[in-house]
Amino acid sequence: MITTLIISVLIITAISALLALMMVIADATVGNYGEVSITINGDKNLTVRGGQPLLKALVSEGVFIPSACGGRGSCGLCKVKVVEGGGEYLPTELPWISDEEKEQKVRLSCQFKVKQDVSIQIPEELFNVRQFDTTVESIVDLTHDIKQVRLKLNDPSTIDCKAGQFIQFQVPEYELTDEEVYRAYSMASVPSDNTHIELEIRLVPNGICTTYVHKHLKEGDSVTVNGPYGDFFLRDTERDIICIAGGSGMAPIKSILLDMAEKKSPRKAMYFFGARSKRDLFLLDEMKEIEKEMPSFTFVPALSEPLEEDKWEGEVGLITDVVRRMSENAAESEAYLCGSPGMIDACVKVLSELGMPEERIYYDKFA
Amino acid sequence: MSDMLFPLAVFFAAAFTNNILLTNYLGMCSFLSVSKEIETSAGLGIAVTFVMAVTTALNWVVYHLVLLPFGLEYLRFIVFIIVIAAFVQLIEMVIERYSEGLYFALGIFLPLITVNCAILGASLFMVIREYSFMTTFFFGIGSGLGWFLAIMAMAGIRQKLKTAKVPAGLEGPGIALIIAGFMAMAFMGFSGMIAIG
Repeated sequence: MITTLIISVLIITAISALLALMMVIADATVGNYGEVSITINGDKNLTVRGGQPLLKALVSEGVFIPSACGGRGSCGLCKVKVVEGGGEYLPTELPWISDEEKEQKVRLSCQFKVKQDVSIQIPEELFNVRQFDTTVESIVDLTHDIKQVRLKLNDPSTIDCKAGQFIQFQVPEYELTDEEVYRAYSMASVPSDNTHIELEIRLVPNGICTTYVHKHLKEGDSVTVNGPYGDFFLRDTERDIICIAGGSGMAPIKSILLDMAEKKSPRKAMYFFGARSKRDLFLLDEMKEIEKEMPSFTFVPALSEPLEEDKWEGEVGLITDVVRRMSENAAESEAYLCGSPGMIDACVKVLSELGMPEERIYYDKFA
Repeated sequence: MSDMLFPLAVFFAAAFTNNILLTNYLGMCSFLSVSKEIETSAGLGIAVTFVMAVTTALNWVVYHLVLLPFGLEYLRFIVFIIVIAAFVQLIEMVIERYSEGLYFALGIFLPLITVNCAILGASLFMVIREYSFMTTFFFGIGSGLGWFLAIMAMAGIRQKLKTAKVPAGLEGPGIALIIAGFMAMAFMGFSGMIAIG
């Protein structure tokens, strides 16, 4: 009995070992493509082991390409332009590549294997993008439907970003989604606090990420984010600025204002914040604090439908009307807007009517 | 039947009268999910034929030279699967290196085949039916071609179905299963024509 057991174990082991040995030999001979070089945007050169997927090769060299599925070829996000050395498309790429992208030689980097020297093009801003392992340090209710989530960065432990940029939040599999998904959120934290990321997330009914954050996320949980992205940040000019936001559009504007206050910016700034009634207002104390630190700054909260019990004495009306009424010298200023597409379109219209050129209106529309 | 002709008889039987897909219902999963396009069906069919022919022969060698002498026949399920998985992995690497065209045609199907039960089924049948090595080899090719034939027929029918009026409740897998049933009945008409062990 015992001998049978031992023999069977030995035989299985021997067969497996033999096959494994064959695989190792094959990997070292047939699967060995030597070292190949990847040229990025014509100037940066990486030397990597050939035969591996482009996505993996880039990530191992510290160049982060956003991908939601982790290289399984099921999200279609990790597209990269392969200018030279691309070869034919793989059947696994085709569902994600449009005819137009084919002409531009766009490839799915998790499927495309680097077997020879290639030359690729990626947006410059991706060089600075990293994936961060973080821990939830605190979750605070800002209003009845907006939560402030503060993340402590673990690995890498610091982020280099500009005030107003956003990150992508990775939602794991849970009841509303059977695969990992990514959602973009602006950072509300000031860039100088580079070991933390603060997000302001408003509950959207049945929103995959917002429901996850509001109903499931707890302090101490691990969260994976990547970033920073975006060209919504304070331009380095001497113009006065007008900020307009609604709801969780507060986040990037708060980051911009904190950054200005820290740098003792002399620029005149007005911040119009639109809400329905008093229960939708938040961070009023923080805004007062910034007003104290930065005398050139004025915070103008405005309610469109104040309730009787609000006893509201501030501005009343649609945010567009308040901006039209109160902004000074709009033609010579620049504007930073963040909020719903409807609000932004309306505000851009008003600002243009006040004489502000459109190229000086920067905005971050909620998608 | 003469010994010379028996492998050939098995070959035809495996392809037609005892079609592994339509009489034994093995490899149904990829049969239903990949048969939407004729082109991909052909790719998968060729890959299955190739892998089946080689792995049944390989497994015959492993079974008769290793498992039988040590009295370990009961390990055949595990061992066969390991051999199939390793072989598929190996052949994928070789194809990827040396034949770009073939890799594009078969590339994505090869890993899929590792878990195709028709492949394991063929290896187990050759044990149950006590085939010789030669017969096993022909049986492998025949079974593979039979599978190829069945999925091509299915893909052709489904191509036609695209423009056909199918009752709402039967669209997709429903009608595909019914068609598979009809095809199986048609193939049953051949059964018993050749005895294969």
